[in-house]
Amino acid sequence: MGARVTPQEIADILKGRFPMAVLETAIDAKHPCVCVPPEALHDVAMLLRDDPRLGMNMLRCVSGLDLLPEPQIELVYDLISMRPPGASAATSAGGSGTDLWQNGGMIAVRVRVPRDGGHVSSVADVWPAANWHEREAFDLLGVTFDGHPDLRRILCPDDWVGHPLRKDYEFPKEYEGIPAAAAAAPE
Amino acid sequence: MGWIQNRFEENFIVTSVDWALNWARASSLWPMTFGLACCAIEMMAAGAARFDLDRFGAGAFRATPRQSDLMIVAGTVTFKMASRIRRLYNQMPDPKYVIAMGACTCGGGPYFKYGYHVVKGVDLIVPVDVYIPGCPPRPESLIEGLMRLQDKIRQATIAKPA
Repeated sequence: MGARVTPQEIADILKGRFPMAVLETAIDAKHPCVCVPPEALHDVAMLLRDDPRLGMNMLRCVSGLDLLPEPQIELVYDLISMRPPGASAATSAGGSGTDLWQNGGMIAVRVRVPRDGGHVSSVADVWPAANWHEREAFDLLGVTFDGHPDLRRILCPDDWVGHPLRKDYEFPKEYEGIPAAAAAAPE
Repeated sequence: MGWIQNRFEENFIVTSVDWALNWARASSLWPMTFGLACCAIEMMAAGAARFDLDRFGAGAFRATPRQSDLMIVAGTVTFKMASRIRRLYNQMPDPKYVIAMGACTCGGGPYFKYGYHVVKGVDLIVPVDVYIPGCPPRPESLIEGLMRLQDKIRQATIAKPA
C-alpha cells in the first residue's frame, strides 16, 4: 500500500502548484478534503487528473449541500485514483495482487458558491461522470455550471419551478392541474 | 360499456347476455406491462410461476395499452409521470379498469408529506377501481385485489338502471 498517495501529499502538491487556490484543508478528518474557490476548480481538477503522482481518474460523486442560514451552497467532488492492474508492479515488492485494480488514493474537493446566482466552472470535460451529477445539482439546488455541454433539469420536469432540495423550498400547491395534497396536510 | 349499455329493460335475455359478457371480461383481464417502482417486482412475482396470475386469466401482460383491459399502477407516481399515465389510460379501449397497487398509488405513501415530486394518489389522475394497500403488497394481496375487481365486473349489467 506504499503506492497510495495520502491526503497530505495531495494537499502539498496542490499548494505547490496553486498557492492561492487552496483555501483550507482537512487532512485528518474522516473525509479528507481540500477547499478551493470556484474560479480555480477547473485548473485544480485538471491537475488532480493529469499529474502522474495523483492520477485522480475517477469522479465518484458530486454532492451539494445547502448551508442555510449561511447564504452559500457547497459542492463536494469525491475523487479516487484507480490504478490499473500491473501499474504498481514495480513498487510492490511482493508482486501479489497486481492483477487487480488498486486504490491509489482518495480526496474530496469542496467548493462554496453563493446561494443566489452561484456559478462554478463545469468539470464535465475533465470527468464525463460529472455531466449528470452537475445537472442534478443544477436541478435540485440551482447552481449554474459554466461550460456544461447540456445543462438541463435531469429529474424534475422541464417546467418545474424552484429547486426542491433547497432548505427554503416551498412545495407547489399543484402541478399541471394535479393538486399536491401535502401542501394543505395537517402537521 | 359502449353502444349496448342502457338500451334494454332488465329481463331474462339481458341477464343471460350480462352473464356471458361479464364471464368473458372477468376471465380474461389482460393487464398492461407497466411497472413504476418496487411494487412492480411483486407484480412480476405474481405473474410468475409460484403465484401464477394466469390461473385467473390475468397473466397475459400486454406490451401496449391498446390490447389491455387492466392497468395495474404498480409503484410511485411522480408528477413527471402523471401526464404519461393519463395518456396511457386514454389509449386503452373500453371497458378498462385500474388497480392502484401499493401505498404510493393509494395516497402518496411514505412520500405523502416530504415528497415534493410524488402525486398523492393515482386517483387524482385516473379513476381507480380497486385499491391494494401495502408497501409493497405481497402477490397474494394483488391476487386478492384482482378477485375483488372480478367481483365488480360480474356485477355489471347492460340493462337500463331501474
